[in-house]
Amino acid sequence: MIIKSLRNNLRIALLVLFSFAVFSLLTVNHVAASPVDTYQFSDEVTKKRYQALVKELRCPKCQNQNLADSNSPIAADLRREVYELLQQGKADIEIVDFMVKRYGEFVLYRPKVSSLTYVLWFGPATLLFIGVLVVVFILRRKPEVKQTQTLSQAQQDKLNSILNGELNLNADKTPDENTKGTNTNTNTNTNTNTNKKNK
Amino acid sequence: MNKIIRLLPLVLFVSLAVVLYRGLFLDPQAMPSALIGKKMPAFQLPQLGDETKVVTEKDLQGNIILLNVWGTWCVYCKYEHPYLLDIAKSKRVAVYGLDYKDVRKDAKEWLAKYEDPYIFSIFDELGKLGIELGVTAAPETFIIDHNGIIRMKHVGPIDDNVWQQKFLPLIEILESEQKGSLL
Repeated sequence: MIIKSLRNNLRIALLVLFSFAVFSLLTVNHVAASPVDTYQFSDEVTKKRYQALVKELRCPKCQNQNLADSNSPIAADLRREVYELLQQGKADIEIVDFMVKRYGEFVLYRPKVSSLTYVLWFGPATLLFIGVLVVVFILRRKPEVKQTQTLSQAQQDKLNSILNGELNLNADKTPDENTKGTNTNTNTNTNTNTNKKNK
Repeated sequence: MNKIIRLLPLVLFVSLAVVLYRGLFLDPQAMPSALIGKKMPAFQLPQLGDETKVVTEKDLQGNIILLNVWGTWCVYCKYEHPYLLDIAKSKRVAVYGLDYKDVRKDAKEWLAKYEDPYIFSIFDELGKLGIELGVTAAPETFIIDHNGIIRMKHVGPIDDNVWQQKFLPLIEILESEQKGSLL
């Protein structure tokens, strides 16, 4: 019983979680009111790189915004810096290093994998793994089957007589069919027994 | 064994609660400067007082250099200004200014009005040196040792408390380091 209700609860919980995830996927990423810069790019690739960089670099002053979203003066300066570095032909990695050298790892929305960030990188996956293990463990654990009580001889006889009583009722109506219908040995045995009693 | 498993959620909850509760009292603005222990970055910028004079990192001279990032647009700079005047008068450190993203005329008037604690101010109109130094806003203050190495960065205004608790211990260390290197 407990296992069954646990399973049901789990199912409901998973369903709720899933719908939340879908909902958040639908809503997040649609907040876009970024300030407008008028940087001109010679080619589409550089423009794309610029956009990717300012999205991935964090504004050091306004901590929950990236450079693209922030209106703060320092974010504007850093966008200009990114633009200028791109114009100088710097690679993405060089630009990121430039920022990290001055503002620290903090400016990276995607921090580098190091002993400091192991928890960040691998924590969620580990927790998910543990969660899956727990779910699998609960679902696979076989429900404990209680040993059914065996009937005493007297109870067994009584049960048989009840069952055969019914059969005999039928037998009274159509005795021919009754003998035909009995297939198993036990049935025929008990039939003869009760027939004797009836006599 | 079963008891341990039953207690596990409680233990997990309590430890998470402790971690999150501690997080409430951490300052999210406080972040380590990436420049501590590095050389003062090279620059070439005009002076605030005399725009024809270009200064570089070599012009910052003194045993212990205090570089204060300020601007007339910055409210807390006005608050820390009297303390900076005192610090400059004490002659224990060489006080330089970095006028950050400012209008030259306003800045000159500001210094004339409130008195000038700086040996000179670097005029960084576009915030270029600011970026080199990892400045995010004003006021910020750097302590640079006699080897030109940045030893400390303080974000926010200086007052007596900050000076005594944060700056003086380091200055004492730097002074004893210098005595050591002279011997």
